[in-house]
Amino acid sequence: MTIRKSTAMIAAITMLAVGACAKKAPDTLPPAPEGTGTDPGAGTGTGVIPGSQEDFLASVGLEGDRVFFDYDQYNVDAQDQATLQSQAQWLQRNPAVRVTLEGHADERGTRDYNIALGERRANAAKNYLASLGIDPSRINVISYGKERPAELGSTEAAYAKNRRAVTVVIGQ
Amino acid sequence: MLLRPISLSLALLLTTAPVFAQTAPTPPAVTPTTTPRETIEGTLSQERTVIGIPPLATASVQTVAGLRTDSLGRQIAEVIAADLERSGLYEPIGPNGVPAITRAEVQAPRFAEWQTRGAENVVHGFVDAGSNGSLIVGCYLYDTALGSELVRKGFEIQPADWRRAAHKCADAIYSRLSGEAPFFDSRVAYIAESGPKGNRIKRLAIMDSDGGNHRFITNGQALAISPRFSPDYKKIVYVSYLNNRVRVFIYDVASGSQKLVTESSNATFAPRWSPDGTQILYSMAVNGNTDIYRISANGGTPVRLTNTPGIDVGGSFSPDGRKIVFESDRSGGQQIYTMNIDGSNQQRISFGGGRAATPEWSPRGDLIAFTRMGGGEFRIGVMTPSGGGVRMLTNSWQDEAPTWSPNGRVIQFFRTTRGREGKSSLWQVDLTGVNLRRLPTPQDGSDPSWGPVLP
Repeated sequence: MTIRKSTAMIAAITMLAVGACAKKAPDTLPPAPEGTGTDPGAGTGTGVIPGSQEDFLASVGLEGDRVFFDYDQYNVDAQDQATLQSQAQWLQRNPAVRVTLEGHADERGTRDYNIALGERRANAAKNYLASLGIDPSRINVISYGKERPAELGSTEAAYAKNRRAVTVVIGQ
Repeated sequence: MLLRPISLSLALLLTTAPVFAQTAPTPPAVTPTTTPRETIEGTLSQERTVIGIPPLATASVQTVAGLRTDSLGRQIAEVIAADLERSGLYEPIGPNGVPAITRAEVQAPRFAEWQTRGAENVVHGFVDAGSNGSLIVGCYLYDTALGSELVRKGFEIQPADWRRAAHKCADAIYSRLSGEAPFFDSRVAYIAESGPKGNRIKRLAIMDSDGGNHRFITNGQALAISPRFSPDYKKIVYVSYLNNRVRVFIYDVASGSQKLVTESSNATFAPRWSPDGTQILYSMAVNGNTDIYRISANGGTPVRLTNTPGIDVGGSFSPDGRKIVFESDRSGGQQIYTMNIDGSNQQRISFGGGRAATPEWSPRGDLIAFTRMGGGEFRIGVMTPSGGGVRMLTNSWQDEAPTWSPNGRVIQFFRTTRGREGKSSLWQVDLTGVNLRRLPTPQDGSDPSWGPVLP
């Protein structure tokens, strides 16, 4: 009976801890983004809510929501900088939006170390966004270590896709 | 809730006299004919001692709490036989396929018949109804060649705890024959896994050392990893992704409630208990830099133990509580270090090829188990606390996160298979590197944590 009590309690207060792509639709429409309104991904009539995860993905393009790292590394290279600059532009157009930076590692590290490594990667990306003028208080960081691979294979190509920091819109 | 009354009654009986003390003569001092196998290097699995284990007898068949004493006699014998077989040192005969014994035979075995079956030793026992709905379980170990009694144990138990009586009997037999400390009557906390590799459901779960009495603790909605039983089994410290944060919780097994080990906006993970259960080690990432902290299990102000720009993570206390072994990448890659519990005297102890991670100090204090990473593979190894005598015990694609049996003779770990369908499962291997076995779990498993022998 203690088991049942505890699981029920946890069920009641737990949010899904899984969704790299989880997005919450706002209850009411957020205000229109300030600025010039030239966000190419937020075209009117497409049903995309400005400032939403969908809007973000449309703006930054394919894999523009993530930067990739070398094995056991966490430095932001030139390609990562271009990706993060694109993210920063969208964040500046949507100043009320908050994001989570999810740090990940490939499966070739031990569990605890990989959580620490994911923290390093997510913070490296966060720090670069901050250097571009994004208020760091808008950016949460969480590390999933090797718990949530994007690619499931055990190949170098899969590992390269899994060593990543992903920016996810969490709301306004 | 289940454990407490049992352990009390067991402790009571163990600290007083066996319940059947007056029903049998004092056993003579006899040297067992089986040779204790204590050497590290050897061929344990090839010279197993044959032990006859017929079903435990009963004075009269009675039903207690829905359990028949004769059925329980067979089930207890099955658990004893399975425990002894799993140790790799013994080859049980029975309880299936051997004749049942009478209640009178328990203390007067037919030694000649057991010798004919090839048994060097024989285990006899009984299950009788006790008072107030309890059961009395007794077990005896005999040497068939000498016709002498080697050990006896008796317990008054609640019927639901019959497995513990079986493990206690197996422990007494194992200890008497091997000269090693007992380990069967102990528990394991681990993470039960299910679902696709990219979105695994990971639940905190607990079970007996043989997989019995399995119980899920969390429902899997929040990712759970790296559990550790407190030394008294009353609490489990683990990491939960509850509310999309990485934090160390202390789960109270009896009440089902849990609390944070420390309040922080930073990620906390990789928790470990001190041997006396009063302190907890954890790792905390601050702006991407991870260090190791120690805090009272009751809360309070944490003490920061490491202070390097690298990742310092994990940690395991020496059994005397005076030192901590941990991992750090301050040298460029993961290696193993020791320090005093105040953080002083940090010294690297792992050298040689590859990286070394997840150190766990043996309960005997003489060895440290760890994960060796190299050539794209993880293997389980041991070394001395000064880093010498490195021996690798497993050889697979990914074997990770060793945890010691209470007597420091067996190491559990988890093994992951490669590829898109890769899964994890729990395994154990003898300190000699032989007797590799997979543990039965209802789902896939990872992150095992083996606790001490129950009182």
